[in-house]
Amino acid sequence: MKQGLWILAVLLSHWRRHPTQLATLMVGLISATALWSGVQALNQQARASYDRAAAVFGGARPAMLVGQDSTFSQKLFVDLRRAGWPVSPVLEGRVRVEGRSLRLLGIEPVTFPAEAGSIPSIRTSDLQTFIAPPGEALVAPETLRDLDAAEGTALRTDGGALLPPLKVQAQLAPGVMVLDIGMAQNILHLPDQLSRLLIGRTRGPRAPLEAVTGDKLRYVAPDAETDLERLTDSFHLNLSAFGLLSFLVGLFIVNSAIGLAFEQRMPILRTLRACGVSSRMLNGMLLVELLMVALVAGLIGLVCGYLIAAALLPDVASSLRGLYGARIPGELTLTPHWWAAGLAMSAVGTLAAAATSLLKAIRAPVLAMAQPYARLQTQQRWLGWQGIAALAMLVAAIAVLIGGNSLISGFAVLAALLLGAALALPVLLACVLRIGERSSRGPLATWFWADSREQLPGLSLALMALLLALAVNVGVGTMVENFSRTFATWLDGRLAADVYVNARDDAQARDIQASLRARPEVTAILPSGRAEIEIGGWPVEVLGLADHATYRDHWPLLESAPDAWDEVKSGRAALVSEQLARRLNLRLGGRLDVSTPDGTWPLSIAAIYADYGNPKGQIAVNIDAFTSRFPNLPRTRFGLRVTPGKIAPLVDDMRKTFHLDESRLSDQSTLKAESTQIFNRTFTVTAALNTFTLGVAGVALLTSLLTLSNSRLPYLAPLWAIGLTRRQLAGIELLKTLSIAFFTALLALPLGLLVAWCLIAVVNVRAFGWRLPLHVFPLHLAELLGVAMLASLLAMLMPVIRLIRMPPAALIKVFADER
Amino acid sequence: MCVPTASKAPLLDVRNLSKTYRSGQERIAVLRGACLRVDAGESVALTGESGSGKSTLLHLIAGLDRADGGSIRLDDTEVTALADRGRAALRRNRLGLVFQQFNLIPSLTVADNLAFQARIAGRHDSRWQSELVDRLGLGDLLKRYPEQLSGGQQQRVAIGRALAVRPPLLLADEPTGNLDEATADEVMNLARDLIRQTGCGFLMVTHSARIAATLDRQVLLSAGLIA
Repeated sequence: MKQGLWILAVLLSHWRRHPTQLATLMVGLISATALWSGVQALNQQARASYDRAAAVFGGARPAMLVGQDSTFSQKLFVDLRRAGWPVSPVLEGRVRVEGRSLRLLGIEPVTFPAEAGSIPSIRTSDLQTFIAPPGEALVAPETLRDLDAAEGTALRTDGGALLPPLKVQAQLAPGVMVLDIGMAQNILHLPDQLSRLLIGRTRGPRAPLEAVTGDKLRYVAPDAETDLERLTDSFHLNLSAFGLLSFLVGLFIVNSAIGLAFEQRMPILRTLRACGVSSRMLNGMLLVELLMVALVAGLIGLVCGYLIAAALLPDVASSLRGLYGARIPGELTLTPHWWAAGLAMSAVGTLAAAATSLLKAIRAPVLAMAQPYARLQTQQRWLGWQGIAALAMLVAAIAVLIGGNSLISGFAVLAALLLGAALALPVLLACVLRIGERSSRGPLATWFWADSREQLPGLSLALMALLLALAVNVGVGTMVENFSRTFATWLDGRLAADVYVNARDDAQARDIQASLRARPEVTAILPSGRAEIEIGGWPVEVLGLADHATYRDHWPLLESAPDAWDEVKSGRAALVSEQLARRLNLRLGGRLDVSTPDGTWPLSIAAIYADYGNPKGQIAVNIDAFTSRFPNLPRTRFGLRVTPGKIAPLVDDMRKTFHLDESRLSDQSTLKAESTQIFNRTFTVTAALNTFTLGVAGVALLTSLLTLSNSRLPYLAPLWAIGLTRRQLAGIELLKTLSIAFFTALLALPLGLLVAWCLIAVVNVRAFGWRLPLHVFPLHLAELLGVAMLASLLAMLMPVIRLIRMPPAALIKVFADER
Repeated sequence: MCVPTASKAPLLDVRNLSKTYRSGQERIAVLRGACLRVDAGESVALTGESGSGKSTLLHLIAGLDRADGGSIRLDDTEVTALADRGRAALRRNRLGLVFQQFNLIPSLTVADNLAFQARIAGRHDSRWQSELVDRLGLGDLLKRYPEQLSGGQQQRVAIGRALAVRPPLLLADEPTGNLDEATADEVMNLARDLIRQTGCGFLMVTHSARIAATLDRQVLLSAGLIA
């Protein structure tokens, strides 16, 4: 034991004498762990929120009965209970309180199924207080904070309705308010109406559903996975892929630092063996040392990961809310599992990065002379094998691209492509340098190329990290830029009306339309409708659109039959969203059967349109045909075309006259601004992780150059001795590194465009069901090339300055050591 | 074949030692049945041309490498029969090794380097270490690192480290090869005094006939055999 501690002390003493090397190792491990665990913290937080949300409002987990419309009569609930169905009523709606939109859930606590979430706790404790006036409004702690109210406060909705006093229930999802169903019906102005019926697990004789309710209700099976989890999977997969990439780039730094440390310590290891330390003891202590470093760096990395996650959480929460309606609390709560997994990743990463060095140390014969540059020669020999491995990875990428169909296989294509390119980089660079060497004239130029090639193995990992970071940056940047441009055009098409109205009921809709007809600034009233159906087990929205130039001229059609709009007007055809067409493999002229209350509605496909960001499928039909097929749906929705410059006063007037809040009345510019903001924030996280990865790659390059600069002296000292100044040598070193970095960055550009194509044509299509057009942005590419060169220049600065300022004694020492 | 001797049992008894190395397709026989004995308290100089196998013989005795044939007995221990752990324990507890390249641990101070082997052998004797420090003239250098020492100073530390465990046998592979003549003499004088004091056997590989002449006996290794 004591012997082991002494050996460990000797091993650790190396780091005390080489603090830069230790710093490099720690920076690599900390970055790798921090970025990985930060992303995991975000994913964990979001997933915990989905579970919490699903457990409370029962969106998908318990089996339930839903109506054809958004609400149905309470009488059906009574009929079902009498027929032996263990159902419990739920009414859902939205209210605005203190300017914040809340999801209001009315429940009936006595019949509420015990397995449906946290609500049953009120049954035993204070059922009476919950039901009897003034009742209770249960909210999550986060909602209470958002509302800036104390427990027991009775707030009013922005519409003026008095809410019961607030009470905190920790298990509730943020943004949800639960109260007694009777009170909810009053507040939402939906007397005797229900949104759905949750079905408890109690078994017993019950009449068939159709016999009790006819076709008014349909059964929705419980899902093992919540809707939110399914919808957001691709978002989290995307984050995880970025986390993993950053982790790998970080490990490149670790590998380079550990490799150099082991190389430098080889003589010490041999001396230890010569002094009588057994190889088993020595290897054991090397392992202990690595695990100690992993533990310390892992802990620091976890703290940094927490800070990164905390910084990114608002953007992630906003993206998830905007894209999927998921509510994520603003504060991170981390589980012990997260800490343990982070430390385990750090340890596994360290051991993986150190594997080759450790094996080399274990296998090293005790008598072999120290050969600091043997590594370089060995790696030269490996180049051939590396080239073959690169080719194999690229072939694998093509095979998975052709054979795979899932989102995971999409990411596998990306991974194989990036790994293959990274492996091929040193081989390609070696070829370029060899060509340079052969075509050079003069001794110094020949030395320049030959020495660059000699230096390549030591730099190759850092260059691979730079290549990956740049390629991903180009790929993601191109995708985001394409998305941003396409989205702006698409939004103009989809939000062509100037004002959007959703009246409270049909009567109010009629009143509003009557009053609008009298206003000259309103040039068109465009009635619309919306129904929720299922096609092939997938939720689909049916939109009813008026036949008007507003839609004919702007709707974002991707492909269409020549007489598409006339066909739609006839009620025989529909426009189909891209994701629905892809999912159901629909083509122009194909047929689609839509189930309506009156039976099946056969529609031919007249056009396919872009519907970016919508997790559901969508079809658009003529509003008259829609109304006749869905006669019972409220006709409360319509758009308005308004003379430019008159929109704001019109909206103000309508708000005052008809008491319409923002959820019922909005103008085009506000909607566009909100949508653009949501989509911009979606990519804020991606951009942040992108920058982090590029930063880590820069650090990898810096650390490699710093560590390499120490072993460069024996190469440079002879040139200095024969008459080159230190400044000239520094200039040559700078030029060499910048040339290699430039070649790497040049190779990263086409690779990045390939990554962009993969993201747009493979990953996005498989994740979301839609595909963006691919445009190349040369300015963006030139900008990244500049950033890469600047990063390389900055990374090279310190070693170059060190060389310029190096005392001659340090160079002379090289010759002294050669005695 | 070794000729048996009638005297008392030697400290080190090497018999018919052979070792072959492979160089590409070629096999090079470095030792072809070498025999050697060193008695307790005796100092022996092993000389010979470059490539004659001197260092190889020393490394085999130290258990740093494995022989192809023959035997090496140190007291009652057959070194060639030991596994890696046994050979490590032998080096740790019963041998002192001094190299031409000093082989100090660069990240440890002089004091820690001196005590290192004794500590991992669990035989650290602070009084003996103080005496070694005094005798080797290292008193002012204890807090320095190897890179801050001259060659002679580094070799004195290496000798101190090797003798700190009071080994029965000290093996030295051209310990003065990196030193100038005056420094070499100074280091050898110190080493000889200490060896005499501890009573250990001393086997030294050297090219220098002058240094070899200062030891009790010289043996010449030629073509893989002791002449």
